[in-house]
Amino acid sequence: MAQEIIAVESFFDRHFGISSRDLDRVLGKALEKKSDYADLYFEYRVNEALSLEEGMVKGASQSTANGVGVRVLAESKTGYAYTDDITIEKLELAARTAQYIAHDRGAPLPVSVGGGRAPAHDLYPVKKPTTEIALERKIELLYEMDRLARGLDSRIKQVFVSFASEHKAVLIASSQGWVVGDIQPLSRLNVTCIAEERGNRQMGTFGGGGRVEFEFFTATKDYERYTREAVRQALLNLHAEDAPAGMMDVVLGPGWPGILLHEAIGHGLEADFNRKKISAFTDRIGEKVASELCTVVDDGTIPSRRGSLNLDDEGTPTHRTVLIERGVLKGYLQDRLNAALMKMALTGNGRRESYAHIPMPRMTNTFMLAGDTPPQEIIRSVKKGLYAVAFAGGQVDITNGKFVFSASEAYLIEDGKVTRPVKGATLIGNGPDVLTRVSMVGTDLKLDEGIGTCGKDGQSVPVGVGLPTIKIDGLTVGGTASQ
Amino acid sequence: MERLELTQELARDILVRARAKGAAGGDVIMAESDSFFVSVRLGEVEKISQAQEKRLGLRLFFGKSSASASTSDISRTSMERLIEVTCAMARATARDEYSGLPEREKLATFVPDLDLCDVAARSLSVEERTRLALEAEKAALDCDPRITNSEGAEFSNQFGRLIYANSHDFAGEYQGSSFSVSVIPVAATDGSMQRDYWYSSQRKFSRLDSPESVGRKAAERAVRRLGARKVKTREVPVIFEPETAASLLRQLSAALSGYSLYKSASFLTGQLGARIASEQVSVIDDGAIPGGLGSKPFDAEGLATRKKTVVEKGVLQSYLLDTYSGRKLGLPSTGNASRSVGEPPGVAPTNFYLAPGPHRPEDILASVREGFYVTELIGFGVNLVTGDYSRGAVGLWIDRGELAYPVEEVTIAGNLKEMLQNIEMVGNDLEMRDRISAPTVKISRLTVAGD
Repeated sequence: MAQEIIAVESFFDRHFGISSRDLDRVLGKALEKKSDYADLYFEYRVNEALSLEEGMVKGASQSTANGVGVRVLAESKTGYAYTDDITIEKLELAARTAQYIAHDRGAPLPVSVGGGRAPAHDLYPVKKPTTEIALERKIELLYEMDRLARGLDSRIKQVFVSFASEHKAVLIASSQGWVVGDIQPLSRLNVTCIAEERGNRQMGTFGGGGRVEFEFFTATKDYERYTREAVRQALLNLHAEDAPAGMMDVVLGPGWPGILLHEAIGHGLEADFNRKKISAFTDRIGEKVASELCTVVDDGTIPSRRGSLNLDDEGTPTHRTVLIERGVLKGYLQDRLNAALMKMALTGNGRRESYAHIPMPRMTNTFMLAGDTPPQEIIRSVKKGLYAVAFAGGQVDITNGKFVFSASEAYLIEDGKVTRPVKGATLIGNGPDVLTRVSMVGTDLKLDEGIGTCGKDGQSVPVGVGLPTIKIDGLTVGGTASQ
Repeated sequence: MERLELTQELARDILVRARAKGAAGGDVIMAESDSFFVSVRLGEVEKISQAQEKRLGLRLFFGKSSASASTSDISRTSMERLIEVTCAMARATARDEYSGLPEREKLATFVPDLDLCDVAARSLSVEERTRLALEAEKAALDCDPRITNSEGAEFSNQFGRLIYANSHDFAGEYQGSSFSVSVIPVAATDGSMQRDYWYSSQRKFSRLDSPESVGRKAAERAVRRLGARKVKTREVPVIFEPETAASLLRQLSAALSGYSLYKSASFLTGQLGARIASEQVSVIDDGAIPGGLGSKPFDAEGLATRKKTVVEKGVLQSYLLDTYSGRKLGLPSTGNASRSVGEPPGVAPTNFYLAPGPHRPEDILASVREGFYVTELIGFGVNLVTGDYSRGAVGLWIDRGELAYPVEEVTIAGNLKEMLQNIEMVGNDLEMRDRISAPTVKISRLTVAGD
């Protein structure tokens, strides 16, 4: 591990000629006026994207980005400046700009970044990043998926496959006297199919990934499973009926439907909204916000997951944070600024999209722990309702707590049996209320496949979700068909 | 490492070097920007951020195959590496008959001055910019005693310069600026909170709405949501206020993108010349409006932008195309190529708007006995392949032609194909507040799902 930091540190030194003495000097500049904290976030990133459509890999692109963000904190104020020109002059200029927010002149704090600090985890030891795998091998995989999809059913008319890989090196130097680095790989493989039958066109989509090597997709033929799933979903939707409209019992399948927790609960528990008292969960720690069956955690320490990190983007080791325990609200997700102002402990949730962005509290992998009801029993308990197993995306208004999410695969439940597929169902509810209606929790906790991206305040970060099968008594389903 | 200046000469030089390595042709796009934002909350500065960035993107063709690459490291060695990487990738992709630059004779022959940059505003001090955000927030907080909190107000600006050159001897550049001020106040009564927001966005600093009016409008919007409730599931006429009507236009523009169309991934595939909307509906895309937020003197392939009628009285007159998607559909480009640095071109609308109709917004409201007035939409429940539409909605219930009470936690659902045909009235209240804009719109029938 120690070697890893040295490797990251010397990487930035070699590429940009920035030594640890330079780091001291820039941080010293950033703290010239009275302020509480300063840090530097160096980033070097390679992104590669390959795409297939109409049976051809037409597109290949690669982008390289490097830059540094200088941040100064003074009470609740943040000064930030960034540059993609990593030179000592530009860094000092950025440091002077960032400290604009600290008005009072005071004695500058002496800064010495000292030695490297080892990251707390080693969650994604990737030997060969996917960005460095021969282009031909990746391209062949895309063709293989196209052939497979078209071979499965003649009604599959269009196949789109995309493979995105990222390889990122970061180095964080803090005015508290430490430097820490991390290498963060990330890959995602997606396939979308359009099926057509007598002029009716429907779409199916599936994918997966994580902080993994290329073999993740090929070793157990996950790419094949993704393809079969996308084809199955597109064909299923050809015969799906319009979704019902109105209140009904809803059963969510395991895995990706955990997006419910992300939207309904997770965002509302991010510390910034709670410090400002604009979240529907403000001042509710210790209160009952869910049924006793519900325990919800945010865990950034699961090996190889898309939402995991060895350290957050402020250098804090990631944690497993219990958000809700047996229905009682336990804690918030913190970054450095909000934890200090709220006098609470860091949770390792300070994240940012890139060096061009200011960190804020964000989720990592958010999921509900398994319960003790077999999933079949949950379905059997519903007389008339909706069974939703795949979702396209969701959104929440954290102030009034209202959330929506859109099902991409859902079925009616009639007399305890899953019957006809329905399309176009949107679920809408109230965050602080929805988990109080959870009446059954399954034994089958599953994490998602590794495709989630969360947007907040214009910043996108990779996240994970997870859920066992659960039953919600009464949720509004926004379809068009009258019941 | 010596950083290079971004110039048309550098772009041409890169293309010459790439050709020496065997590339048949290509193009270079370069962007530099200078951006700033300040956010304030409850009268105090919260965040200030400032940055300068440069990016350079290269696309190369080897015969009929191509690839793109980009970097923020603008140095000699990095340029050499960029050319190498792009060549290697372009050799590995598929041969595609339709790929390539626009024909030489179609390229723009001059670069009009569309008045897109406010050079004078570069001298605005940080204090002045902060003051705007503070005044906007104060106006919101002072507007109504029920405004008890604030998520903050923000002022932001950006100055940018874009250079484009290709191996068909086109080289051009332009500068642009944008300024915006926004506020998110929080209103509260009886322990429940509501937030809303308002903004003003312009290419010229002096054209921004006053911070007072932005703050007041945001506060009024937040306050009118207090006490919102669900309604019973039913089918009613639905009025979209201009902001939410613009979201329908956004979906229309995505469905008209050449890339969705040639893949048959749009519900409007094959509809050119057909009646796709009611007669009330005329839609314009105009990239040449002086000072327009979506204006540009040439598109991302070097073609001139222009005004075109996309939908005329309900009949689809034009798709939105670049050269590639146009060739796939057997049609010429409409000058809608758009791209981020380092990506191949895609399609985007420029200034895209629903032409104003004859009705005053109050008359549209008065025409509805019982219905729903939508002020905000959330979620992603729009399927462009089928047109299926189901989104979370917030707004006000209409009772006998008047706004009666606020509504939340409901969805509105239908299908875009039918929704476009069912546009019964279009307001006369078009304001070009954004790249995509619309006046008030009334749709005769949609399912509102609640209790």
